[in-house]
Amino acid sequence: MQENVLEVKNLCKYYAGVKALTDVSIAFREGEVHALAGENGAGKSTLIKLITGAETATSGAISVFGKQYDKIDPVWAINNGISAMYQEFNLIPYLTIAENIYYGKEFTKGIFINRKVMNAETKKSLQDMEIDIDPRCRICDLGVAYQQIVEIVKAVSAKSKILIMDEPTAPLTNTETAVLMKLIKKLKEANVTIIYISHRIEEIFEICDRVTVMRDGRCITTKNTKDITKNELISYMVGRELGEDYPERKNEIGNTVLKIENMNNQKLKDICFNVKKGEIVGFGGLVGAGRTEVMQALFGADHIDNGKITLNDKQVKISNPSVALANGIGLIPEDRKNQGVHLGLSVRDNISFSSLKKISKGPFISKKKDYAISEKYCEKLRIKTPNINQLVKNLSGGNQQKVVLAKIMATQCDVLIFDEPTRGIDVGAKQEIYQLMRHIVDEGKCIVMVSSEMPELIGMSDRIYIMRMGKVVGELKREEFSQEKILEYASGLIGG
Amino acid sequence: MDGKTGYKKLKNIFTNYGIVFILLLLVIGFSFLSSRFLMRDNIFNILRQVSIVGMISVGMTLVLLTGGIDLSCGSIVGLTGVGAALLMTKANVNPVLASLIMLVVGVAFGLVNAFFIAQLRVPPFIATLGMMTSVRGIAYIITGGLPVFGFNRSFTRLGQGYIGVIPIPVIIMLGAFVLGYILLNITRIGRYIYGVGGNEEASRLSGVHVKKIKYFVYAASGFASALAGVVLLARVNSGQPNAGSGYEMDVITSVVLGGVSMSGGQGRIGMVIIGVMIMGILTNGMTMLSINEYIQQFVKGLVLIGAVALDVFIKNQRAKRTAA
Repeated sequence: MQENVLEVKNLCKYYAGVKALTDVSIAFREGEVHALAGENGAGKSTLIKLITGAETATSGAISVFGKQYDKIDPVWAINNGISAMYQEFNLIPYLTIAENIYYGKEFTKGIFINRKVMNAETKKSLQDMEIDIDPRCRICDLGVAYQQIVEIVKAVSAKSKILIMDEPTAPLTNTETAVLMKLIKKLKEANVTIIYISHRIEEIFEICDRVTVMRDGRCITTKNTKDITKNELISYMVGRELGEDYPERKNEIGNTVLKIENMNNQKLKDICFNVKKGEIVGFGGLVGAGRTEVMQALFGADHIDNGKITLNDKQVKISNPSVALANGIGLIPEDRKNQGVHLGLSVRDNISFSSLKKISKGPFISKKKDYAISEKYCEKLRIKTPNINQLVKNLSGGNQQKVVLAKIMATQCDVLIFDEPTRGIDVGAKQEIYQLMRHIVDEGKCIVMVSSEMPELIGMSDRIYIMRMGKVVGELKREEFSQEKILEYASGLIGG
Repeated sequence: MDGKTGYKKLKNIFTNYGIVFILLLLVIGFSFLSSRFLMRDNIFNILRQVSIVGMISVGMTLVLLTGGIDLSCGSIVGLTGVGAALLMTKANVNPVLASLIMLVVGVAFGLVNAFFIAQLRVPPFIATLGMMTSVRGIAYIITGGLPVFGFNRSFTRLGQGYIGVIPIPVIIMLGAFVLGYILLNITRIGRYIYGVGGNEEASRLSGVHVKKIKYFVYAASGFASALAGVVLLARVNSGQPNAGSGYEMDVITSVVLGGVSMSGGQGRIGMVIIGVMIMGILTNGMTMLSINEYIQQFVKGLVLIGAVALDVFIKNQRAKRTAA
């Protein structure tokens, strides 16, 4: 039996009443590659934040090398051999590899930096891992894979004993992934413990010794990877029945309204799908699968290289969001604060913002119509605000989301694109948004919805497309819906 | 209870209109220190002194509201001034036509600024800094560095004359502010200007042509600067290639004093006029008290920092209160 280098015991973490982690206990052994698996929002990232000291647990304890701590401080964690690599790198782009690796602990000669020694040492570390790159290269000139490798080398040279990798292969190509896998095996030989988070099921089986499955902030089970099958793993990740808390479907589905054929751009490959009248079409897939990119391209916010968009049997060319809105296509973007609302403007300014042309006479906004349209949608969507002149930044997240929705509905779109419609809003507001979405399709409009929340995707959609690596890899009809099926498509077990 | 809400109201007024209190304090202070300060002639004198900076600050307000900056305005004042002067003296162009041509030139330079900023994505500070230097260069090139003079009497009236008791430049400035007010408060473009400054991406996704808005504000700033350039020429009756040097800083100071955020999206043009007046009153009042010019400069800098620091402090206090 190997020694436990890191052990978390009964960890709980609450954010403003939301339970992110409940009673999580896991032991990590020396020199193992230990996978954390689970859907989006299962609590993996929260756990990592607690281990690296980025956040403090509400209760519970963490033992490092046999000593128990109530809380960990990030600097202490690094000095004691715990490093984490995130998807956003912590490297300085305009410094060289060697300068990055020894950043803050440079070799010096008097007051000068001793570049020669630093480069030689770096070269040696890289060679140890059988990687052939010049330590004098600047980070910004490297590809993503090599940036990742530099991160790992940096961690190793800091004598890290526990290395956390959060979706390290997400941005990598197959050959780059192979390089990383080789590197991980090397590290294992050097007795480094690796905590490996990945959505790619095959990787977990290829490289990890054990896997812990998390779901809804709880730790479900820990297994040796050789003792379970891929399908068993997926069923642990899913593990519940869904679809009861959603408003009943009454909508009648009509003819095809929107048809996308062979849409391509830098991030998308031959996207084809269609949306029918009165239908909610869901888009499932992992983060980074290209779902948001499809919506942005369809809305004219991103460039399309080629592809055909047919709206109500007429081919349309959507070159920018203004054209999309004029054609009756509206987008409720993913990132509410940065893309959706104007926090510094009033509720009224926000709601009428996309409809100003309709309520103006020449260049002048009709004050009466401006108030009328805002009041109408405020009431229709039951936006909770003392009055329509309140600044949006003073509203709750759910009400801000309703303001964005009101803005799009006020343009009287027939096709509404919801990108993560309920991200970061509370349960009550979620239900209201769902009711509104149902109401919209009952009126004969249609909705395209991107959602990373499995229950929401299954509970709301009439049809689901699943994407992976910039392609649509599967389409499921209502009677075929299951979390297992969606996950299998999304993680590449079946389909393209 | 009543007393409490009254107190709250007063506090609200102070947080929203704090700058007005500073203006009132200055007026009261100077009128105690100098008996001539509140006389009608002196009031018009102050207004005339601030009129040039005031006109430009309307354009600058639009630019700052979109989150940009225009450092080229002082140089455009200089170029359009000598441009009009040369057209009138060397080419015998009618003063009205010469002025109109210069307004077009001002707009053209504004569009050039916007081209660099919106099309090529050069940061506004850099683009207009470069233009500030180059446009000043043009003013020196076309004049050979020498002043141009000898205009028609009818032209100088634009800068020196009165309508009733009010100096013409003051009327032009007030006109500019009224236009700015209308634009920002009741037109679509105005709403979009606030929108682009507050959240450019959200505006784009709301169907706003963000680039067009940028072209518009820089063109407006160029127009305002050219207007100021022509009026200044008429007032001093001599075309100086270095006219308007450093105005950009006076203008930015006034606009920021008026509460317009340097990062865009926030600010009211009605308050900008107060900012302009504060700077004018400081200069006028201190001059009347025969305070030496070096000290004046020192004080003005402190007033800017002090006023903005106070404003930030008050806003933070309020944010803390709403958070709690």
